[in-house]
Amino acid sequence: MADITERPSVENFKEEVLRSYPPKIAKKRAKQIIINKVENQEEVPVIQANTRTIPGIITMRGCAYAGCKGVVLGPTRDILQITHGPVGCGFYSWLTRRNQTKPESLSDTNFMTYAMSTDLQEDEIIFGGEKKLRAAIDEAVALFHPRAIGIFATCPVGLIGDDVHAVARAMEEKYPDINIFGFSCEGYKGVSQSAGHHVANNKVFTDVVGLSDKAREGRFRVNILGEYNIGGDAFEIERIVADCGITLHSTFSGNSTYEEFSSAHTADLNVVMCHRSINYLAGMMETRYGIPWFKVNFVGAGATSKSLLKIANYFEDPALIKKTEEVIAREMEEVAKVRDDVKSRCQGKTAMLYVGGSRAHHYQDLLKEIGMTILSAGYEFAHRDDYEGRKIMSSIVVDADSRNIEELTVEPDPERYKPRVTPEERARREAEGFAFSDYRGMMPEMDNQTLVIDDCNHYELEELIDRYHPDLVCAGIKEKYVVQKHGIPMKQLHSYDYMGPFAGYRGAINFYREIDRLLNSNVFKFARAPWDENPQIHASYGFNG
Amino acid sequence: MRKIAIYGKGGIGKSTTTQNTVAALAEMGKNMMVVGCDPKADSTRLLLNGLAQKTVLDTLRTEGEDLDLDDVVKIGFKGTRCVESGGPEPGVGCAGRGIITSINLLEQLGAFDVQYKLDYTFYDVLGDVVCGGFAMPIRDGKAEEIYIVCSGEMMAMYAANNICKGIMKFAEAGSVRLGGLICNSRKVDRESELIGALAERLGTQMIHFVPRDNMVQRAEINKKTVIDFDPTVNQADEYRKLAKAIEGNKMFIIPKPLEIAELEKLLMEFGIAD
Repeated sequence: MADITERPSVENFKEEVLRSYPPKIAKKRAKQIIINKVENQEEVPVIQANTRTIPGIITMRGCAYAGCKGVVLGPTRDILQITHGPVGCGFYSWLTRRNQTKPESLSDTNFMTYAMSTDLQEDEIIFGGEKKLRAAIDEAVALFHPRAIGIFATCPVGLIGDDVHAVARAMEEKYPDINIFGFSCEGYKGVSQSAGHHVANNKVFTDVVGLSDKAREGRFRVNILGEYNIGGDAFEIERIVADCGITLHSTFSGNSTYEEFSSAHTADLNVVMCHRSINYLAGMMETRYGIPWFKVNFVGAGATSKSLLKIANYFEDPALIKKTEEVIAREMEEVAKVRDDVKSRCQGKTAMLYVGGSRAHHYQDLLKEIGMTILSAGYEFAHRDDYEGRKIMSSIVVDADSRNIEELTVEPDPERYKPRVTPEERARREAEGFAFSDYRGMMPEMDNQTLVIDDCNHYELEELIDRYHPDLVCAGIKEKYVVQKHGIPMKQLHSYDYMGPFAGYRGAINFYREIDRLLNSNVFKFARAPWDENPQIHASYGFNG
Repeated sequence: MRKIAIYGKGGIGKSTTTQNTVAALAEMGKNMMVVGCDPKADSTRLLLNGLAQKTVLDTLRTEGEDLDLDDVVKIGFKGTRCVESGGPEPGVGCAGRGIITSINLLEQLGAFDVQYKLDYTFYDVLGDVVCGGFAMPIRDGKAEEIYIVCSGEMMAMYAANNICKGIMKFAEAGSVRLGGLICNSRKVDRESELIGALAERLGTQMIHFVPRDNMVQRAEINKKTVIDFDPTVNQADEYRKLAKAIEGNKMFIIPKPLEIAELEKLLMEFGIAD
């Protein structure tokens, strides 16, 4: 492929791409394809997000069930999870995100190696599936006697009106020592998987968090929210925070247990990785228990260092800060060596990212560390605050689709509400520049004249590839082969394509090397697609007539 | 074989009208089949003289895949072949899906095969066309003629109009047509004229006006159709007339449903005129 010396203007791109849409759709997409412009360091244009995908568009989005079961609850190892629905939903959400877990001993409970589903058949669709769900719970209890069971509703279950909550209540009466709860996460709920995250957050908060007051030993006890241990990311983060002297109480939900969730309210601080999928839980825990939270990012060596220092600074403990600085220095030595080497080969190369509700932001840090330029980025299911920052939250218009998802009203716990930071203290620290409950969003950290595209679709992706010839595209499995067929390296950021970890320092090293391998191996130059030689393929039907 | 579906508001007398009409056609020497598409499974009771019938879906559940046509088809009045789809108990599962499954299964089992030399298959469908499942008999040419049972009551006419919307949707893509309205009298004032006028607006006809007669109920208590119970009474002749009208019907149209305001106006004209 010839080197592209001049990039087409983003204004032209937007105009020409929109021209192919019918006027009404073009009008909607125009609000979701934004040319970035950062003013006064944080003011960015408004982007439309978290609205319905136009039917007929090949979206990159997933469903509410995927968000609830696949993303938020899936990585927990000892909550027995039953998908109530036809077998595909359960099977294809089973470990496809490559969430890892590490039971403490051989006898430790781990259900992640099992896919459990009620496997609804046509018969149950017609006559109702609650009986089969009860039988599935009986069977699960007889086999495993778990401490907790989560039931996940799929689309057909919602259509035929099976009440997973009623079944959960009835079965809890039958098995009083087991916490059984249902999730109304039918795939069609909401406009994307984001609805499923919210449903998951709500249920975990009402039915699990706060059940056990058993606090962990340690001076600096932290929960990490929104880290799902894909490819072992959480293991690497656990290693680093332990070295710094921080006690990790629980991770929601990579490498996690039910016990850790139920006592999470005893921690001193919540830090949030994936803002989109779990900020609800952080907010509710702050209101009920007085645990402050702030945003961190352990993707990218620089971001990791910044996040560790922020945690250390939160505790205002000189020994902790010193130790953290030492760990950073020690880790950065190796990181810098690999980074500089890889950078020499990747400098100036270009990338596009369409993934997640935080990942498209987080991974920019890693790519920039090896000198790459981000041409365009967008989220699949984020809301405006993930793009523009939480400062705009009050201006988000709550539409009917969002109202469909329950918003819990949370009050301070009469006994257990204990502000970790008093209001005066908080005011003082904020005045000193320490940000609580913060997320600046992706757009303020992107260059001017980059394309920010919400809910990007396959038509737009192909136009982007054709016009900008990026050196790397990061997205998910649905995009992978489309991108590769254009001869462009593609990295999946949902599952990491059999690799990882990519978080923390060792993760950064892994990622640099992987991108180096992808971009500089030239493997696609050796492959000739059949249509390069014969652009037309002729075929005929195999039957007569 | 003519394939006929009977629709109409719940409680309007679809099953009673269907079975009495089927009995009249059977009496005329026609080979008849009735497929009940109501989870209550009460569409063939009068033809089978109350014989409790195993429904298709129940049999499918208990017998699994080894389902035989003879397990679900029972022979009733004058050789009428009777099938009940069945379905879930109220408030559970999806009855519409049940009808889809059941009709597909009957086709696979050859229930409508030429060997039975069927002249007519009647589908007796629950209530309004509330969802895709209940539209199954009028999709894909399963039924080609629709008759709507109604009366001069507002809600019955409203339902009839609504069913026409369903028919229109499928008629444009397929072969289904409306054959007429059957007025099952509730002794509403000027009922015959009212339904006649409604039929005209819809672009169809009132194929027959079935007067109200306690004989129907007496026959029902005896688990029989009127013709079976007492072939000499006047009401038996009414059903014979309806059967003959259907037999000779040539008017098959795509209905033009009314706007609600139009429908209410019609009722005002006829209902409150006296």
